[in-house]
Amino acid sequence: MENVLEIRNLKKSFDGNGVLDGISLSVREGEVIVVVGPSGCGKSTLLRCVNGLEQPDGGEILLDGKPISAGNLVEVRRQIGMVFQSYDLFPHMDVLENLSLGPVKALKRPKAQVEEEARQALRRVGLEDKLHALPRQLSGGQKQRVALVRAMMMHPRMLLLDEITAALDPEMVREVLNVVLDLARDGMTMLIVTHEMRFAEAVADRVLFLENGNIVEEGKPADFFHHPTTERARQFLDTFEFTSVKKP
Amino acid sequence: MRDLAVLFKGNNLQRLLGGLGVTLELSLVSVALSVALGLLAGVLMTLKNPVIRAAMRLWLETVRIVPQLVLLFLVYFGMAKAFNLQLSGEAAAVIVFTFWGAGEMGDLVRGAITSIPVHQRESSAALGLTRGQTWRYVLLPQAARRLIPQAINLATRMIKTTSLVMLIGVVEVLKVGSQIIDAARYDAPQGAVWVYGAVFFLYFFACWPISLAAGWLEKRWA
Ligand SMILES: Nc1ncnc2c1ncn2[C@@H]1O[C@H](COP(=O)(O)OP(=O)(O)OP(=O)(O)O)[C@@H](O)[C@H]1O
Ligand SMILES: [Mg+2]
Repeated sequence: MENVLEIRNLKKSFDGNGVLDGISLSVREGEVIVVVGPSGCGKSTLLRCVNGLEQPDGGEILLDGKPISAGNLVEVRRQIGMVFQSYDLFPHMDVLENLSLGPVKALKRPKAQVEEEARQALRRVGLEDKLHALPRQLSGGQKQRVALVRAMMMHPRMLLLDEITAALDPEMVREVLNVVLDLARDGMTMLIVTHEMRFAEAVADRVLFLENGNIVEEGKPADFFHHPTTERARQFLDTFEFTSVKKP
Repeated sequence: MRDLAVLFKGNNLQRLLGGLGVTLELSLVSVALSVALGLLAGVLMTLKNPVIRAAMRLWLETVRIVPQLVLLFLVYFGMAKAFNLQLSGEAAAVIVFTFWGAGEMGDLVRGAITSIPVHQRESSAALGLTRGQTWRYVLLPQAARRLIPQAINLATRMIKTTSLVMLIGVVEVLKVGSQIIDAARYDAPQGAVWVYGAVFFLYFFACWPISLAAGWLEKRWA
């Protein structure tokens, strides 16, 4: 199958501190890749380089075989959806306006058609009654579902999700991840950063373990989560485990 | 109570309203210039250039520290002495109030722009909107919502402060009031209460609707 995204030897440093140290990675159509790793290892930076929110220092990123450059950045962003950790809906617009802005202004699609599509998309994530709600009237989980729909309204080639549940209360994580699981089932190509290991195992075709700007381990979720081959990955996964402190 | 008549004697009421007209005219011109220059100044204040930053800082500190009355005297009497340039009281007032208002307005604009989280710009960019579209649909509407109520409050402060111009010879509403009181010193010794009371209401009804509008907008856009 075709590679939707191809990253070749990507390098990025901030003020002389190397953050990405030559990352290479390809994402095939319909593939879901989950990136995990300790805080500060460069996961967000990797995603932000892909849609040009950070300027790489070296290497190449290709979308559908075409290199991403300063010249085609706006065009590329229209084809790559991104959702961030912080709820980033536009607070002065209601849900419908949030969903329509990109398709109508960036893609110049007819407003009536876009709004009809927005209505249907909201129904699919269980928010049809929130069409005219303002973001501040929504819970965190509802906001993130709207943010996912907003990204999907652009009909992107792929989605970048950066810890989209990290700021949510535990009981809201599920409703957001269910939407992502649905997207995966529908064959959406995704590059996902998350700290939800059970979710990662369920959704991923491949897991990448990133540390110090390098891909230290890569594998199928069943292998990575249950039989990691590197010591570092094992230590990292152990930080998510608890053993009982109560005597039997 | 008898002295209330002083308000309606001759053309006193018309003169008071005329004085209010001068007050509002000075305010309006100064506010309009302050808004226009303040928008520009605010954008300059967000720049990182150290020279521009320092200059803007100095300007803002000056208008905040030096009393407006001192600035008025400086421009009205000081210019005449130093450069042999005799400005009219009105011109001096507009210069000083604009110097003050534009600085304060600039700071409000700067605050409104920088208060918008970086993520707003980034999520707009991530949707494939151009820089121009991002400003137009995402950043400026949010900045305006924050700015407009604060700018209105600044405008009411400027209207009130214009009363200082009577001290450089401009006959505005408060000056007319004291002229009327002086003229009626013997016929109506209690006239001051009524006249200043009338001035109070004139200011109140000029500024109150503006304040209400600011409060309403603030609530609506909170
Ligand atoms: N704009 C920036 N300027 C300077 N340093 C930065 C910038 N953005 C990120 N960094 C640094 O780069 C490193 C990697 O950051 P990044 O946000 O990519 O990590 P992360 O893996 O996403 O971490 P987390 O799990 O905490 O989100 C960190 O050390 C961070 O301090
Ligand atoms: Mg991160």
